[in-house]
Amino acid sequence: MNSRERILARIGQALGRPGDPAPAGIEGHLQSHPRGPRPVLEGDAIARFRERAARMASDVAQANAMTDVPGVIARYLEQQRLPLRAVCWPALTRLDWRAAGIQTEARAARADDLVGITGVFAAIAETGTLMLLSGPDTPATVSLLPETHVAVVEVSRVVATMEDAWDRLRAERGAPPRAVNFVSGPSRTADIEQTVTLGAHGPYRVLIVLVGGA
Amino acid sequence: MRLEAVQFRRKAAEALDNERLQRALEKFPSRFVDTRAAALAELGNTEQLRDAAADIRARTLRDLDAWLRRFERAAAARGATVHWAEDADEANRIVTEIARAHGVRKAVKSKSMVTEECGLNEYLERQGLEVIETDLGEYILQLAHEPPSHIVAPVVHKSKEEIAELFEEKHRKPRKDDIAELCREAREELRPHFLGADMGISGANFLIAETGSVLIVTNEGNGRLVTTLPRVHVAVSGIEKVVPTLEDATTLLRLLPRSATGQAITNYVSLLTGTRGAGESEGPEHCHIVLVDAGRSRMLGTELEPMLRCIRCGACMNHCPVYQNIGGHAYGWVYPGPMGAVLTPALAGIEQALDLPNASTFCGACSEVCPVKIPLPDLMRHWRERQTEQRLRPRRERLLLRLWAWTALRPRLYAVVARAVARLLHGLGGSDGLVHRLPGASGWTRGRDLPAPPGLTFHALYRKRRGA
Ligand code: SF4
Repeated sequence: MNSRERILARIGQALGRPGDPAPAGIEGHLQSHPRGPRPVLEGDAIARFRERAARMASDVAQANAMTDVPGVIARYLEQQRLPLRAVCWPALTRLDWRAAGIQTEARAARADDLVGITGVFAAIAETGTLMLLSGPDTPATVSLLPETHVAVVEVSRVVATMEDAWDRLRAERGAPPRAVNFVSGPSRTADIEQTVTLGAHGPYRVLIVLVGGA
Repeated sequence: MRLEAVQFRRKAAEALDNERLQRALEKFPSRFVDTRAAALAELGNTEQLRDAAADIRARTLRDLDAWLRRFERAAAARGATVHWAEDADEANRIVTEIARAHGVRKAVKSKSMVTEECGLNEYLERQGLEVIETDLGEYILQLAHEPPSHIVAPVVHKSKEEIAELFEEKHRKPRKDDIAELCREAREELRPHFLGADMGISGANFLIAETGSVLIVTNEGNGRLVTTLPRVHVAVSGIEKVVPTLEDATTLLRLLPRSATGQAITNYVSLLTGTRGAGESEGPEHCHIVLVDAGRSRMLGTELEPMLRCIRCGACMNHCPVYQNIGGHAYGWVYPGPMGAVLTPALAGIEQALDLPNASTFCGACSEVCPVKIPLPDLMRHWRERQTEQRLRPRRERLLLRLWAWTALRPRLYAVVARAVARLLHGLGGSDGLVHRLPGASGWTRGRDLPAPPGLTFHALYRKRRGA
């Protein structure tokens, strides 16, 4: 017997049913994946998302349509005195960045990129959280390595809870990609004297551009 | 990590005399207790959630072997390799072999308590590997060669001045006194390590059987870097961390950060499944998951089984009056506070941690706040009973208990003795009705007074009332 078999045998023994590898109910639970109790979320999901995102220290800006997004981002970068140069998801190349004066490169991020622009798969109103899926056109490093992360969120992607986001993932993608990252504001640490400091190993600031629904 | 739980008494006494530590511990109530309460109150259905969370964990444990098999199958289907380790030593050997097979020289690590159990860092270093802790707290401890004193806030015992001195010495840069500047300096020191490492080692907050994924929560983003940049990712996890579905994990995630730090959600929650996908230019090419038993399966089917529900939030220690006064180091191993008092004897051996289950006031605060409703005081009592049965308590204590039991079985004699003792204690009480010094048991009165009984025993009072 190897370690795997020994451990599994010991567990089976302890649970009082040695040699029975697949108790009934397991597949059923996976099929139905029942939801647990969820908090009552009052009011409009988009308003809640805005409010909770701000509470997690994300900046939130509004654009009326996708075509306005580069302009909104350019204004934010200027206000923050950041360069108008960014790495962005290949999935976002259809936007006219040049017209807004932003120089973009569509690729995974490198250590010296200062601004990273991404979309999202979903945005969760309950906690003001972004949900990003990794993929060839949506590299995970773009929301991680640069000091500033800008996320473009179309209001149709806002869902109430994480459970709703999982349902969308199952419906639209089947299985999760290599990395599903939930992002709630800039990276932070409270390790030194329990004092919250923004900007640990990830971004120092997060701008969320909500598109539509204003 | 070295096991020093047998030195609890000495270390606890030292902790009480350590002024710096006492100042750090003073912040506990406001930083952890109040923030947790506020974050949970906002939910409006905390009790319902705690029941659901406890139920998810308990049910999964009842079919643990099946869920582990299901997890293994799903993980393998996505290109991950699942390894099984009986004990710490085997886990260390497995990680070393993975490192060798992939020609790894440098590894970056995000926080993982099970690798602390295993002493993985020291082991890998002895094999000639460079291992860098990247969680800010764990990084500071690695520089200082100290063990963590809390499972969520590992450097809670250190002041910013101590950290400033340490950074100045180790980084050879001008001293910074501002916390934000210290964080920035650590970030700058660690970035090159992330970029240059061949292997990333993480723990797992949950393993998802449905998808074969490893779920990790972090605030700093180091967990994401560790699992994204290096070409090899190794996740080390206890076998009890498996949960069935993404929904089950979500229920637990509503409680974990709230119970730990009072956050509604951690900055990052990452669900990692398998290796780099087709067409991707980033992400690990190799993914290994090491499932560690190291004493866990032996707790199943025993009174200790509920302890395996633990999701390592730290709330029990944050609310423990003993932990709040002595900090984590006194407990002498990876897991301090009430959960450590139950886990350390279970994983490391009863005789290695005799004082821990006794270092409790039995106030019950720990089980009141535990998000998965582990009956921690009952489990500590379990260890006290085992200690007595196995004659591991001091001779004098055992003798006294036996004497008491013998007398208690003889009601008449018991009444006589009780009457005498009640009168004696009444006599010892001063005019303030307090006993300041108890001969033969001075430990009880060294730090506090014993209220003197009024002189009548319960039996006598009962008879008097009934007669009246
Ligand atoms: S025993 Fe409960 S309160 Fe303590 S760390 Fe585990 S889950 Fe949290």
